[in-house]
Amino acid sequence: MDVFFNEDARRDRKAFRDFVQREILPAADRHDREQEISRDLIARIARQGYLGATVPKDFGGMGMDLLAFGLLSEELGRGCAAVRSLITVQTMVTQAIERWGTEEQKTRWLPQLASGEKIAAFALTEPEYGSDAGGIQTHIGSVNGKLVITGVKKWITFGQIADLFLLMGRHQDKLCAVLVERSSPGITVKPIKDILGVRGSMLAEIQFDQCAVAGTCLLGSSGFGLTTVAFTALDIGRYSIACGCVGLAQASLEAAVDYTKTRKQFNAYLREYQLIQEKIADMVTDIRAARLLCFRAGYCKKTKNPNAFRDMMIAKYYASNMAIRVAAKAVEILGANGCSREFPVERYYRDAKINETIEGTNQMLQTMISRYGFNDYAED
Amino acid sequence: MIIQHNIIQDVTMASFDELKIKIRTFLSKYIHSNGFTDDEHLFQKGYINSLMAIELVLFVESEFSLKVENEDLDLNNFKSVNAIAQLVDRKTSRQG
Repeated sequence: MDVFFNEDARRDRKAFRDFVQREILPAADRHDREQEISRDLIARIARQGYLGATVPKDFGGMGMDLLAFGLLSEELGRGCAAVRSLITVQTMVTQAIERWGTEEQKTRWLPQLASGEKIAAFALTEPEYGSDAGGIQTHIGSVNGKLVITGVKKWITFGQIADLFLLMGRHQDKLCAVLVERSSPGITVKPIKDILGVRGSMLAEIQFDQCAVAGTCLLGSSGFGLTTVAFTALDIGRYSIACGCVGLAQASLEAAVDYTKTRKQFNAYLREYQLIQEKIADMVTDIRAARLLCFRAGYCKKTKNPNAFRDMMIAKYYASNMAIRVAAKAVEILGANGCSREFPVERYYRDAKINETIEGTNQMLQTMISRYGFNDYAED
Repeated sequence: MIIQHNIIQDVTMASFDELKIKIRTFLSKYIHSNGFTDDEHLFQKGYINSLMAIELVLFVESEFSLKVENEDLDLNNFKSVNAIAQLVDRKTSRQG
């Protein structure tokens, strides 16, 4: 850790951890059961400044660098996957606006998003287009200088409460990004409930029916392929998820270790059995490997290394698979208790499974990472 | 005066060639064929896909200490070694 972090970072981590212990951990089970995060808690998270974690101080944010943001994501992930996803999505949108927005867009949106006055959502996926994001059908027409949006977005994290959507659609047959206020006409939000995990993430299906917004709401240019705006958002999203998975796995490990110290079978504590020791050793090692991949990705991004994009993907791919392995071992160690709601590990396992799918399924990431592999290790 | 002008032109040419060398060195990580020319269309030839393009943009920003803006994200600015060098040259002269 010392290779990447200084004294300030260690102080930051302690502050994040203290907040999570005090405010997030006690509410995590309720988020899962009630399938929402309370407005009150969101307000307290906003007061900490975490909704504007990476937003520059000039725009009212905390101005965190990527390594500090990784630590925040990890600690939030340790406390509650839904809260981590709130920060992830808000940061995806703020980063996209900061990187590609006009001065007017930055001045208007970044302070409101950083303060938590507005909540943002990233609207890319559609009912028929997920991994095949290049095929999205949401139509963005131009009428009298306005952009008119028609289409349906699905599985939109915090879509139920978002005030601002960063929407991807097809404009003049090119993929483009538009900032759409929820108060715009023609928007219908339908909550999605009872998903497998991260149940507090308030998913929604959102219908845009001839939704007209000002022409100035277009964000960035069409760029290459799936718009540079989308890539910017997905890049930071994957990083935050990867770090959050490290936190989730850490929580699974701590729950398992606690259990092995108090649970006796055949007149000996579980920790004394070698098969349990094997699981704990694998969990510790797996978490450490994923954390190092996250540190590397954050460091590459911070130092503007061109490889940062692939390192983010690799970190997300490994860390999300790792979190499933580690949470599964925690469930096994706790036995029947691990399958019960009396202990948090069954939630960790369900939450871990969701991370495998979001911001690029792991199968899509494997396809993309393999391209780098075939390219990098080919003989001239 | 004429001599001075030629010196300036030589220096500029040398800088432009250096730009191209740096760009070619970066691209050679993706293109395992020594045969690509400075004018060859990197996308049409299939040398660069959209994933590599993101890294190309990041490379241009970090290597030449400049910010690629919305208006720069035109395929014509990244289609060949010459096009990328001209983009960098334009942006760095503007900064200077």
